[in-house]
Amino acid sequence: MSLWEYANPAKFMALSARILPYLAIASSCLLLAGLFWGFFLTPADYKQGSTVKIIFLHVPAALMAINAWLMMLVTSLVWLIRRHHVSALAAKAAAPIGITMTLIAIATGAIWGKPMWGTYWAWDPRLTSFMILLVFYFGYLALWEAIEDKDTAADLTSTLCIVGSIFALLSRYAVNFWSQGLHQGASLSLDKEQHVDNTFYLPLLVCIVGMVLLFLTLVLIRTRTEIRSRRLIALRLRGI
Amino acid sequence: MKSLILRDLRLAVRSGGGFALTLSFFLIVVMMVPFGVGANLDLLARIAPGVLWIGALLSCLLSLDRIFQLDWEDGTLEALATSPIPLSGIATAKATAHWIITGLPITIAAIPLGYLLNLETEAYIWLVASLSVGTPALSFIGAFGAAITVGIKRGGLLLSLLVLPLYIPTLMLGAQCVTIGSETPIKLLALVAAISLFCIALIPFACAIALRANLK
Repeated sequence: MSLWEYANPAKFMALSARILPYLAIASSCLLLAGLFWGFFLTPADYKQGSTVKIIFLHVPAALMAINAWLMMLVTSLVWLIRRHHVSALAAKAAAPIGITMTLIAIATGAIWGKPMWGTYWAWDPRLTSFMILLVFYFGYLALWEAIEDKDTAADLTSTLCIVGSIFALLSRYAVNFWSQGLHQGASLSLDKEQHVDNTFYLPLLVCIVGMVLLFLTLVLIRTRTEIRSRRLIALRLRGI
Repeated sequence: MKSLILRDLRLAVRSGGGFALTLSFFLIVVMMVPFGVGANLDLLARIAPGVLWIGALLSCLLSLDRIFQLDWEDGTLEALATSPIPLSGIATAKATAHWIITGLPITIAAIPLGYLLNLETEAYIWLVASLSVGTPALSFIGAFGAAITVGIKRGGLLLSLLVLPLYIPTLMLGAQCVTIGSETPIKLLALVAAISLFCIALIPFACAIALRANLK
């Protein structure tokens, strides 16, 4: 019994069919509860007023925008090393979700930025990095669409994902030389004592967990769709 | 490998494009900027580093499809793949040839073009330095993009979409290095050089994976 057993599409389909409903229910409950808690049951910040509440959508989306790319990096490596088709398909399935999360993060940030910074957009290192991440997602997805042979497409997009990760990381630190920051530092961390106050921290945590589960749910659904469409092509080729 | 580089150079020179085409494009791009933003000399001096770097980047980008495309179409690439040189070596040779054909002339041509844009006198040395250590990165990253899109017909637009984001760090640091008033240009120059060396060392292997997937 090992994790690699689920690289078998049939086993993956069976397992994912079983856990999908639980995941979907858990993620929607957590997200609804977290957002309700955050939007209606927390006090307004003394400086930022009620706009602070956009954090409950902004931070989870931004986290997942980066983690979706990380997941694609891992699955791409798995495809290149062990050649499991499910892995390549999961990477493909995650990209559009990553794009959506990036767009949500940029949009909510802009809505928050207008009253707080007086501008929707600034060429701040973090904002710029997100724009760069978005372009990387676009290139990755465009490459999937452009190549007809599925295995070649998986090979090339995986290579691009790995090289792209390195350069995305480089860009993230290169922008620090290029412009001054406007975005505040991290409010959350695993190793520091100082956090955002608990009244905000707890609902935020619920929202983050909910968003992670939502991401997993969507990736599973999209991967299942990819596997099914792959099976359809195989059936058609067999002439049925 | 040496003969491969020489062959690419000879092809570039004899097919009439080569140096002249890239350089004319560089000239045109830089010329368009005053037409677009006006002939205000102060403004031009301020944006000159960025314009010259973006011009260099675009001229480089436009000649990328030559790296592998022609050899792919007439089957030379398949013959090369069976030769004793590993694919990564072939990619290195081709990227080097591309740098000699585009990166080197661009670096030299940037000096008179900098004068057209009223670049400040102290900045010339940093312009030449940053372009000469930065353009190898452009050629090697570009070769990777070309290797990925070699099997795609009319992949030019896709190639730009894939390669330009990869150029971002080099452009940011390179242009910043030329900008007068930026503190410690030498530090930025070292970072550009680091990116270049990193690309020369590792990108050929990524090229080899991409070429192998395409040749399958």
